[in-house]
Amino acid sequence: MTLFNHSAKELQQLLHNKEVSAVELTDEAFRRIGKVDGDVKAFLALNEEQAKARAAELDNTPADQRGPLHGLPVGVKDNIVTQGLETTCASRMLGGFDPIYNATAATKLDDAGLITVGKVNMDEFAMGGSTENSYYKKTANPWNLDYVPGGSSGGSAAAVAAGEVPFTLGSDTGGSIRQPAAYCGVVGMKPTYGRVSRYGLVAFASSLDQIGPITRTVEDNAFLLSAISGHDPYDSTSFDIEVPDFASALTGDIKGLKIGIASEYLGEGVGEASRNAVKDAIKVLESLGAEVEEVSLPHTKYALPAYYLLSSSEASSNLARFDGIRYGYRAEGIENLEDLYKQTRSEGFGDEVKTRIMLGTFALSSGFYDAYYKKAQKVRTLVRDDFTNAFEKYDVVIGPTSPTAAFKIGEQIDDPLTMYANDILTIPVNLAGVPAISIPCGFDNGLPLGLQVIGRHFDESTVYRVAHAFEQATDFHKRMPEIREGLER
Amino acid sequence: MAAITKDQVKHVANLARLAITEEEAEHYTEKLASIIEFAEQLNEVDTSGVEPTTHPVPLVNVLREDEPSKGLDRDLMLKNVPEHEDGMVKVPSILG
Repeated sequence: MTLFNHSAKELQQLLHNKEVSAVELTDEAFRRIGKVDGDVKAFLALNEEQAKARAAELDNTPADQRGPLHGLPVGVKDNIVTQGLETTCASRMLGGFDPIYNATAATKLDDAGLITVGKVNMDEFAMGGSTENSYYKKTANPWNLDYVPGGSSGGSAAAVAAGEVPFTLGSDTGGSIRQPAAYCGVVGMKPTYGRVSRYGLVAFASSLDQIGPITRTVEDNAFLLSAISGHDPYDSTSFDIEVPDFASALTGDIKGLKIGIASEYLGEGVGEASRNAVKDAIKVLESLGAEVEEVSLPHTKYALPAYYLLSSSEASSNLARFDGIRYGYRAEGIENLEDLYKQTRSEGFGDEVKTRIMLGTFALSSGFYDAYYKKAQKVRTLVRDDFTNAFEKYDVVIGPTSPTAAFKIGEQIDDPLTMYANDILTIPVNLAGVPAISIPCGFDNGLPLGLQVIGRHFDESTVYRVAHAFEQATDFHKRMPEIREGLER
Repeated sequence: MAAITKDQVKHVANLARLAITEEEAEHYTEKLASIIEFAEQLNEVDTSGVEPTTHPVPLVNVLREDEPSKGLDRDLMLKNVPEHEDGMVKVPSILG
């Protein structure tokens, strides 16, 4: 069956005409997961029984009460809590954790009539760029199973690329939606900080985390973002402003739009294939009538070290809640409280999580606070100012999503700084809080490359408009990994 | 001087309530030192007169009506508690 080659809009039409039912779409998702997930390893917990029951209910919803995503299957990153569906953050610490409430984003998926078919794999507590830090399994890149899918939302990107589900939610603290979307050749959006409620997103770095959609096309992505956005009384950092119908921004017209190409994003540390793909993308955008000029974001280089100090500091505080008392893993046979904390945390957390907790504890500790944490906060201001200045003249800023295509599983796991450097082009965006999307823009040795489009605060509409115009003018999004072609026969 | 010493790593591990072995202390000293040395390049940046950013999109005084609402059910709250007894969370002895 080729059902999942259709856009959300086409699937809605098929549902409306009763050519397909939500039950059939849900069955199809599980058929596909059953067929390829042994190789791709994108999914953790599956929600088969409940998903099928819900699909049957949704098939009875009157047509005039259906939204654009009604009856469609979705996968959810495992750091977004889902009531009654195991949520582990891919950590031993939360093995068997059975949430007693839904994240607001999960509630909004339900409200939109989407069907959660399962939870997808990630780096433990979203710390990593390859999904190799999962306690449970290593997800493979559907384009080449020897390669990583990126991370931390590697399961989210791989599940969409492999055609297991048409949409997923991911989360992005330093590139964790955009980088795996680039590596897997799909569309991933990190919305403006405050656009989507973080209530029920297990916190990594609260001033940086955002939930966002991963899809095969820009239009689907816009529909999904509209569905999950909006102010939430349970998250005081979610903004109380109107949520646009993002899909209505997809006019295809970018004539006269001013686009800045970040010169630092084509500089040191960025591979030739990525640079060339973006240079070709510039020609496409110019042919569509956009004006493209170089712009400097001079503090780009300092975003990476600032990010590691800030995100780790926030993580050291956020992850203090895992104490073995109220929920999650608890070490056995311990006689006193202090040892229970220590033993629980040492056995429950993996190596990278412990590294970040200790780095953050160090940066916040007496005598080092000003030199590391506060310094990084000041540099963050400068990184943010870079974007503010650029957006005075340009409607969007573009660059590669990551310096290279995906790397081999195991290749970088012992070298943290090399691993961290994969995020040099995505991290500045989180520090500034602006929205950015990654869309397919080329291939290097059969592995996808991503184009990043960055916009002003709360101007996802223009980001989508540019991404959509580029997508419609190119064929990259139409190519499929072989493993997916097998499903479409 | 190294960016972080093994004794400092042990101190930090204790602050973070992590038990680490001697071997792990060496591993984390090496790993953390490489990251902290990398972070030292922030000193190249002149930040005099620059305000620190805590949140990327400033928000001031988010308020709501103080309306009472029902809390969560106790049995539900205890669902994920590893050890509990008679509706209470159980912990090992705190003193001694």
